[in-house]
Amino acid sequence: MTSERKPTPHGDRYATIYWDATSRGELHIQHCSKCDQLRHYPSALCPHCHSFEHDWIVASGRGKLHSWTVCHHAFHPGFKNALPYTLVTVDLVEGVRTLGLLEEGTAHELTIGMPLQASFKKREDGFGDLVFQISGV
Amino acid sequence: MKPRALGSITGIGETTYTRASDISSLEYQLQASLSAIADAGLSPRDIDGIIPIGLTGAPAEEFVTNFGIEDLRYSAVTPMGGASGVAAIQTAMAAIGAGICKHVLIPSGRNVSRGASAGVRIHQMPQFHYVTEYEYPLGAIAPAQLYAPMARRHMELYGTTSRQLAEVAVAVRAHALLNDNALMTQPMTIADHQASRMISDPFRLFDCSLESDGGAAVVVSASDRAKDMRAYPVDVLGIAEGHPDSPSAITHRPDMTRLGLAKAAPIAFEMADISHADIDVAEIYDCFTWVVICQLEDMGFCAKGEGGAFVENGRLSLHGSLPTNTHGGLLSQAHMLGMNHIVELVRQLRHEGGKAQVKDATTGLVTGYGDLGDGAIAIMARGSR
Repeated sequence: MTSERKPTPHGDRYATIYWDATSRGELHIQHCSKCDQLRHYPSALCPHCHSFEHDWIVASGRGKLHSWTVCHHAFHPGFKNALPYTLVTVDLVEGVRTLGLLEEGTAHELTIGMPLQASFKKREDGFGDLVFQISGV
Repeated sequence: MKPRALGSITGIGETTYTRASDISSLEYQLQASLSAIADAGLSPRDIDGIIPIGLTGAPAEEFVTNFGIEDLRYSAVTPMGGASGVAAIQTAMAAIGAGICKHVLIPSGRNVSRGASAGVRIHQMPQFHYVTEYEYPLGAIAPAQLYAPMARRHMELYGTTSRQLAEVAVAVRAHALLNDNALMTQPMTIADHQASRMISDPFRLFDCSLESDGGAAVVVSASDRAKDMRAYPVDVLGIAEGHPDSPSAITHRPDMTRLGLAKAAPIAFEMADISHADIDVAEIYDCFTWVVICQLEDMGFCAKGEGGAFVENGRLSLHGSLPTNTHGGLLSQAHMLGMNHIVELVRQLRHEGGKAQVKDATTGLVTGYGDLGDGAIAIMARGSR
């Protein structure tokens, strides 16, 4: 049943680039070609110098935990079988923040600032879920 | 010197709140609007400005059609989720102050039982575009899941506890029991809250607001006219809206424990020329318990991080030092996008608060919060004739 699947990305111009990279296991971060600043999530203009010119870098996936929530209720039928799952907000070493999932079974160990390392887990729709695991210091 | 009134709330209206209703959101908006207009002593055709609230808000044209308004001078929208209602008062006063309108209607109404759930609704809204593109596919679906990391970080940084969140839910529930038009009718204890199931940690079921059907509306008029109108006037002394850093994604907010209200509140207090100690009653947007604690901090009732301790010992209860959500709030009366908070503040300042009346209340505030952190605040006072 299609209603039981997780929602798939809509894919505007930038999101398509981002999600296509996840299917190759790469975390793409938008980079301003003019002033060299990174920005995330991708947007039309650089908020620092207001240039449209941009390219992309592949992020390391390393970061530190900023916050989290353990989800015990499925607000979408596609997540019923995934409960409980943990969403983590992560400060990437590249200097931008992102949201990802946490490797199952490790939510009880979380503290703010702890080091995490991301990898991509293949989704049913072919894209990749950004999944962090607790890493050694 | 007494602060200048920027405008007055001259009419309030509410329908009965319910769930699983067959009445359409448009009918609810029209019912609530007719009540508010009658309360103001006006005819529907006297309305010359309309600011509809909410995703399911009917366009202003529906009111022209249904009311037979011949010369609508102004319409606008304030797409700030739960902050829309209070922000609309600011927009209404700007239009009145510019001489465009005399009486602005702010209608709201919803039938969520017949529509999509909150987790579906928000992803149809352009304000949530970034969240929908990048977070929704991972399982960040509903507001509870989007806001929970703010509360979790606050708890980790400042030691805020789930029992402190419960203090908010319990105080507000007690007020709902005094209100005949509240959906929740059973008492709640801290233990009840702690026993309620986890939704999105740290939010338990009783940290979350209701989904409900109904309508609420207010009429804003120029203060010099308000003195001669039917209802006892309530004057707006200070008002502001504030947009948080990174308004489109909480994930990137430099300080995710600080809302747009932190920018708006100092402006409103300065405009009103009053201090926090002057506030007799507060109607604070309570989509989640923690959001009340955060707003108390952002308004300066206590320092950042002290909100958990601030709400302890019944401070928000009717007999506490800051009676809050005297109608039962979104948590226990009904979720009417905070329009019910505006209606309740006006009732309190008219001294029509019934069993939940704060004795001799002369000054109060109402806040709105929505769309990932937008905020708005209005400080109001009992007017004079």
